[in-house]
Amino acid sequence: MNAQTIKVDYLARVEGEGGLHVRVKDDRVVDVKLKIFEPPRFFEAFLRGRQYSEAPDITARICGICPVAYQMSSVHAMERAFGVIIPQPLRELRRLLYCGEWIESHVLHAAMLHAPDFLGYPDAIVMAKDHPDVVRKALQLKKIGNDIVNLVGGREIHPINVRVGGFYRTPTRREIRQLKERLLVGRDLAVEFARFVAGLPFPEFRQDYEFVALRHPDEYPFNEGRLASNRGLDIDIADYENHFIEEHVIHSTALHSRLKDRGAYHVGPLARYNLNFDRLPPAVQALARELGFEPPLTNPFQTIAARALETLYACEEALRIIDSYQMPDSPSVPVQPRAATGWGCTEAPRGILYHRYTLDETGAILEARIVPPTSQNQKSIESDLWHFVEQALDFPIDRLTWHCEQVVRNYDPCISCSVHFLKLNVERE
Amino acid sequence: MAREHPPKLAVWKFASCDGCQLSLLDCEDELLEVAGAVEIAYFPEATRAVIRGPYDISLVEGSITTDHDAKRIQQIRKQSRFLVTIGACATAGGIQALRNFQDVDEFISTVYATPAYISALDKSTPIADHVFVDFQLRGCPINKYQLIEVISAYLNGRKPNVPTYSVCMECKQRGAVCVMVADGKPCLGPVTQAGCGALCPAYHRPCFGCYGPMETPNTASLSAWWKQLGVSDGEIVRAFRSFNAYSEAFRKESEAHERSDH
Repeated sequence: MNAQTIKVDYLARVEGEGGLHVRVKDDRVVDVKLKIFEPPRFFEAFLRGRQYSEAPDITARICGICPVAYQMSSVHAMERAFGVIIPQPLRELRRLLYCGEWIESHVLHAAMLHAPDFLGYPDAIVMAKDHPDVVRKALQLKKIGNDIVNLVGGREIHPINVRVGGFYRTPTRREIRQLKERLLVGRDLAVEFARFVAGLPFPEFRQDYEFVALRHPDEYPFNEGRLASNRGLDIDIADYENHFIEEHVIHSTALHSRLKDRGAYHVGPLARYNLNFDRLPPAVQALARELGFEPPLTNPFQTIAARALETLYACEEALRIIDSYQMPDSPSVPVQPRAATGWGCTEAPRGILYHRYTLDETGAILEARIVPPTSQNQKSIESDLWHFVEQALDFPIDRLTWHCEQVVRNYDPCISCSVHFLKLNVERE
Repeated sequence: MAREHPPKLAVWKFASCDGCQLSLLDCEDELLEVAGAVEIAYFPEATRAVIRGPYDISLVEGSITTDHDAKRIQQIRKQSRFLVTIGACATAGGIQALRNFQDVDEFISTVYATPAYISALDKSTPIADHVFVDFQLRGCPINKYQLIEVISAYLNGRKPNVPTYSVCMECKQRGAVCVMVADGKPCLGPVTQAGCGALCPAYHRPCFGCYGPMETPNTASLSAWWKQLGVSDGEIVRAFRSFNAYSEAFRKESEAHERSDH
């Protein structure tokens, strides 16, 4: 093989618009670009001048796949700025909402968008012809996730019930109990799906990543925790911008994030799983060991296993919350604006989603900054492509191209999220 | 209608959040049936297989914000027999149309490190500003059952049954208490098109206009009522400027109050 180019003009089965470009010369990779051409939408710019209370609904529109994550990071940032304390029952309800989003988003990606790659199908609908049971059960499980978001959030895409301080309306005990039967089925489906995933053929490919995720003293992380890594990072989320920087590169309308001094890092299910395995319930840990997914997992193709096990965790956690649910005294607590800065960082299905807002005394937004997970993973995606192509150069070109797409899809990249207007203060080199 | 081949369905994306096309994948109970009734010929969010046009039904999500996309929509129109826009971005320019009220160059130069890398038109515009559209399905996001209704109407050669009356009608049908009359909360329901099933009032929250203006809305009258509730001009401007800010009725109403705000 002499000079050769692998080009995928329009990546399929990712959320948003992107392509990839790998250049190879004399058995060496000489260039890799994950091209993102999703048009910019300027969220941080038009958030300025809006009220703090509008941020959850406006930022949800950055992404139709993970709107709950945007709502959660924004409400936590506002509440931190204004010193609002959320009572335990409302906090539990937010975790329940997040369980719903993880289930629907993880199953959508793992079963409908990613599994077809491992089995050589162009999509889940064609896969359904040979594996009708897998696809039908996955759709059933995904729907259970959407049922949770529907009840707690009002609707599955762009929920309407989340507000700074809590919710507009909290479900009755009776409504919550109605989820239980379905979640018991969901838990069984999740176990079955994890077993299916364990039987997939994983290409041999290990990488030495710096994994970054939230870490909480007692819980597997959704909404709160410190930012931790396997290389000693352990910071309050308010220190995020002292440790991570973003760069604007010509081939992408999404900014590239990196850790100062260290470079690429990896966020998402694999990072959460490896850093927080000890926070998973014993049943999930036991299944993981039985299926051979003992952490640390360093093969990015196995992110689908972390997604499947997190789906099971989300079912277990939702059942725990439902069993102890008491309707809160009030759907929300009072919020008193003040001039302040607030930070929010929560675990979107694809990884940490960071928000910062500076507000004036009336609660108007003076400045906003949002760093979605896909921007943070872009450098790791490019690095994976670089290493993967070098070890797979003897593959036929169409097979290599498909594998490269799969390397990108390992991250469940949400390109709509990663492209929006980000304020860049300094470009440090 | 007898057909030799199932109709070819294509799904296209412009500037958007992907949520409206996700509605199709969120039809968990109906997806495989829909996939049996049509040939999914182009839907990159779901499949890497591509079948060449022309297409019988094109669903178009997103607004036009770049020169490249303004050209691309022309090509899509040429290849499509029946073109349906889905969602607030495609039908009204979306939340990103908030740029239309400001100077986009200022946006770019203040916030992008290297403005020369970015190409963006100064306005985010709906698809119908560029090409003929056969049917517009509103909502931020769209209602997935309305989407199935539109596809099914096309398959059966009839007009989609999608009401253009206001959210108030759905509130009454649902038996929800009026949040404006009972609680004095400023609600956009009286001027907003139905489709959500009066979701927010049922959650004790005033409507915030996801489905855009209803047919012949009286926005000026609603604003007058809001003022009696003590709502300021600035708040009225913001209420009309969200996901459907650039739809004609909402845009004119917000501009009227922007002027009186100064």
